[in-house]
Amino acid sequence: MSSTWIDRNIKWIFSLPAVIFILVMVAFPIAYTVRISLYEWSMSASTPPKWVGLGNYAGLLTGDRFWASVGRTFFHTGVSIVIETILGILIAVLVSRKFKGQKTTKTLLMLPMVATPVSISLVWLLIYEPSIGLANQILKALSLKPLPWLGSVDLVLPSLILVDVWQWTPMIVLIVVAGLTTLPTDPYESASVDGATAAQKFFHITLPLLMPTILTAVILRLIDLLKTFDTIYATTQGGPNYASETLNIMVFNEAFTYFKFGSASALMMLFFLLIMVVIIALIALKKRLGGLH
Amino acid sequence: MRIGIGLRMYYAAVTIVLVILFSIPFLWMISASFKTQVEILSSDKWLAFGAEFKNYLMVFKEYDFITFIRNSFVVGTASTLASLALGLPAAYAVAKYRMGLFSLTVLVAKILPGITYLVPWYILFNELHLIDTFAALILSHIVIGLPFIMWVMIPFFESFPAEVEESAWMDGCSKMRTFAMIVLPVSVPGIVTSSLLSFIFSWNNFMFSLILSGEKTKPLPLAVYNFISGTSIEWGALMAAACIITLPVLLLSLVMQKYIVSGLSAGAVKG
Repeated sequence: MSSTWIDRNIKWIFSLPAVIFILVMVAFPIAYTVRISLYEWSMSASTPPKWVGLGNYAGLLTGDRFWASVGRTFFHTGVSIVIETILGILIAVLVSRKFKGQKTTKTLLMLPMVATPVSISLVWLLIYEPSIGLANQILKALSLKPLPWLGSVDLVLPSLILVDVWQWTPMIVLIVVAGLTTLPTDPYESASVDGATAAQKFFHITLPLLMPTILTAVILRLIDLLKTFDTIYATTQGGPNYASETLNIMVFNEAFTYFKFGSASALMMLFFLLIMVVIIALIALKKRLGGLH
Repeated sequence: MRIGIGLRMYYAAVTIVLVILFSIPFLWMISASFKTQVEILSSDKWLAFGAEFKNYLMVFKEYDFITFIRNSFVVGTASTLASLALGLPAAYAVAKYRMGLFSLTVLVAKILPGITYLVPWYILFNELHLIDTFAALILSHIVIGLPFIMWVMIPFFESFPAEVEESAWMDGCSKMRTFAMIVLPVSVPGIVTSSLLSFIFSWNNFMFSLILSGEKTKPLPLAVYNFISGTSIEWGALMAAACIITLPVLLLSLVMQKYIVSGLSAGAVKG
């Protein structure tokens, strides 16, 4: 059997087109971003890019807007992930027991995460509308005072967190439900013999066994939460008065509202570093706690 | 596990409440899409079918929605097909020849915020006069689709029994032919899953379209978003548009539920 040139190099023939595509569309742009982060460059101005070294970075790190934005990103991500994880595990345990209509329930729970984010944002824009929105109608029905959901500096982030919880808790549910089906039955049987209560079984058997699955779900969700864009931009564009401007929104506004590409690129690199640090920390935590399978 | 009837009723009630809570925004969207502006503003009726399909007709007549739907279909289909053409062989190579570094690169591309490439793309595409062309949108959407296709397909190809391929090679079947005639046909469920996800992600994409598309190539999410930039919002028409844009992906997900769920949680349980 003589092997042909194609057969001997099949590994490269199969992977090279994708490698080249990723290099051209991803690696090169990132390198280019690093470069322009060292220049002061406004696309709108007629002045050519000016080398400023680490000036853009220094400007960001010493300014208030960057740190406020970091704080908002952590607040939005942190609060959302805690609520989504706890709620997600509870709902998963609830819907994974066998009952009539289980399939329909799971389908309905899946809908928020496949629906188009922009239309979801617009629906929530109407729900939060101060005078006619559903949110304030409910408050009125309960004889409570209506709230300026997206219009107030203090309320806008919690309101956006509620949207994220609604849209993405189902993802934690789906992953945990999948994890629950792979759990062994023996520990539960011996626990039943020992007379353990349902709560004891949940905390001493289910949760520890599910830990690796839960951590994976949390990592996947965190990666996306840090980058939340569609729902925030389509509802508030970062307003009112920057109160919902997370890092991703700030990069976008710097780049495409003010066309300050240099400073936007520096901000992007800091944002990128932050994401990498969070993810590396989580993967290390996962290795220690759950072990990678 | 045997539980009492009281507890079972309790669980059923909690489940129903949960389902209603998660469905309310959808129900609100559908009901508002059938109302007139006045009916939405007065808000005393939950379901008012006075407006009937007026909002929907208006969306198609006045806002040229057929064009936006076509644009989204063109970009979604083309980028998914291109992602498959690039991603399937690459995923196979990674799965069979253990190209760890390459698969890591793909993972990084999935983790990176899209905005990281958007600025350089904008500068580059602007120079090349590619802004507001399908080429720019399709290229950018492949960057979303390709990592997903590889993400779903690498574990799929890894679980394909090596003996089957080896016996085909022994029989003189070339590696290319073995891949095309034996591996791919068996992998159809994985291919369906990853293509669906790739298409849905393209259909739903907002950020790239916001910058790279224009009047000629505007896809649905951007068209719907532009509704709210006016001074007074036509809520009924807006909700009709939101329904139209959501409907295809919802129908697709309902029909292909099994595939979507397995794709979305792919790799998550195995870690």
